Amino acid sequence: MTLNEKQDAIIAEFEFLDDWLDKYQLIIDKSQSSKGIEDKYKVEENVIEGCQSKVWVAAEFRDEKVYYQGESNTDIAGGIVCMLVEILSGETPDDILNADLYFIERIGLKEHLSPTRSNGMLAMIKQMRIYALAFKSQNN
Amino acid sequence: MFNPDIYRHDFPILSQQIYGKPLVYFDNAATTQKPLCVVEKIKSGYLEQNANIHRGVHFLSERATEAHEAARQKVQQFINANSSNEIVFTRGTTEAINLVAFSFGETFCKADDEIIVTEMEHHSNIVPWQMMCERKGAILKVVHFDDNGVLNIEELRSLLNEKTKLVAIAQVSNTLGTINPVKEIATIAHQYGAKVLIDGAQSIPHIKVDVQSIDADFFVFSAHKIYGPTGIGVLYGKETLLEKMQPYQGGGEMIQKVTFEKTTYNELPFKFEAGTPDFIGSTALAEALNYVEKIGMANIAEHEHQLLCYAQEKLSAIEKMRFFGNSPKKSGVLSFLVGNIHPYDMGSILDKLGIAVRTGHHCAQPVMDHFGIEGTVRASFSFYNTKEEIDILYNGILRAQKMFKN
Repeated sequence: MTLNEKQDAIIAEFEFLDDWLDKYQLIIDKSQSSKGIEDKYKVEENVIEGCQSKVWVAAEFRDEKVYYQGESNTDIAGGIVCMLVEILSGETPDDILNADLYFIERIGLKEHLSPTRSNGMLAMIKQMRIYALAFKSQNN
Repeated sequence: MFNPDIYRHDFPILSQQIYGKPLVYFDNAATTQKPLCVVEKIKSGYLEQNANIHRGVHFLSERATEAHEAARQKVQQFINANSSNEIVFTRGTTEAINLVAFSFGETFCKADDEIIVTEMEHHSNIVPWQMMCERKGAILKVVHFDDNGVLNIEELRSLLNEKTKLVAIAQVSNTLGTINPVKEIATIAHQYGAKVLIDGAQSIPHIKVDVQSIDADFFVFSAHKIYGPTGIGVLYGKETLLEKMQPYQGGGEMIQKVTFEKTTYNELPFKFEAGTPDFIGSTALAEALNYVEKIGMANIAEHEHQLLCYAQEKLSAIEKMRFFGNSPKKSGVLSFLVGNIHPYDMGSILDKLGIAVRTGHHCAQPVMDHFGIEGTVRASFSFYNTKEEIDILYNGILRAQKMFKN
């Protein structure tokens, strides 16, 4: 699946949920069923500090592609990082850097992109792009 | 029997729908909603009475000055200060504490002097003292509380000595709801010659305050916590102390005579009010004080106490419910956690149900450290809240619990 196909699959999951609580339930379920992050990566250096939630993100570079892992101490931020990992993992640094993450708006999570939102979705995306950029420059 | 519905009409914001559900506003400890009369006062202030105060000779300026000074007298009467010279308008509680920490510190404190705060203070009653101690080489001491959130008065006694210059303490904890025995604390501190600053941010909307009866040397609060506007607050200080203290900020209003060689300062309270004061906000604050007086502070306290008891009883039936702050003397603040649901997750779900609560450390990280937690969910009540709203909160928590399978 391409990056956009993965986004479309997530949009499809949310498509028929018009109640906010059902959307949140799906996000919570994603977090609770997620593999999370390997213990070796669950360290202070990998923390993206939100105001209230804590998110860990790590990345590996194999065969020209970036593989992410992520986890949070809250289920809502956890579900969000989980979707980002699902969409961006296995892509090339260029595809990650150029990605238009339209799924956020389509599933109604745009409010979470505000820099003041305490789950720091914007910070998660930024950190994931920084990894991609770092791998790209290492590679060149 | 107190009927909150009579007063809810004064607060149009409360009849809003949030995500299609009626708003349940339980974030009153962060800020209270404003009644129509307060909003009207701000509006008429700008539309009919706006002119810079004090030195103006024209009609509007005189009217605005009279209204501003009448507001000062209203505050004086509300907290029973001895004189309106003891009422300094500030931007809020935080600025009032910073003012005292600076001016009292510069005037009375030297190296090795001691300041006492408590473990349950809001950051704004910790950090200004830390900064002052750093500046003067003074030492900050801390009184702790037990697991019910009751302050250890014996520890306070043991910390006090002739080097103690000031004890800074909240009358009501914003996180635990504990009502501290400030009168007793002032008596003990005064035995050692220490002064007392009482942070009234969380007590002023709930408890009848009499600064002379509790013998506070300083008492501070914010207008927005008592149905008044944001951006204005009050410092009460005993006149004899304020007289001796050096000014906090320099500028217009606070001077008597300025030359390049020497400037002399204005009298109290203007010495501490550099720049154009919020003369519209002050009149709106006075209006808010009139409003709560009309309802009656005793009626407010009684209704909020009933809400707290009802909420504690109702919510304690929820499985894995933990309350933080079980002091026998407690104001309308309920801090809690359910199982291992993160407070941010709980708050987000309650939000989608139209329920406004606060989550996190509530600017009181030492309180969180005491219990070894990151944060709590906090529901805080006002006289306009109802038992039905607590039922909605109860059902909301159960709903969230189900969603998190916890």
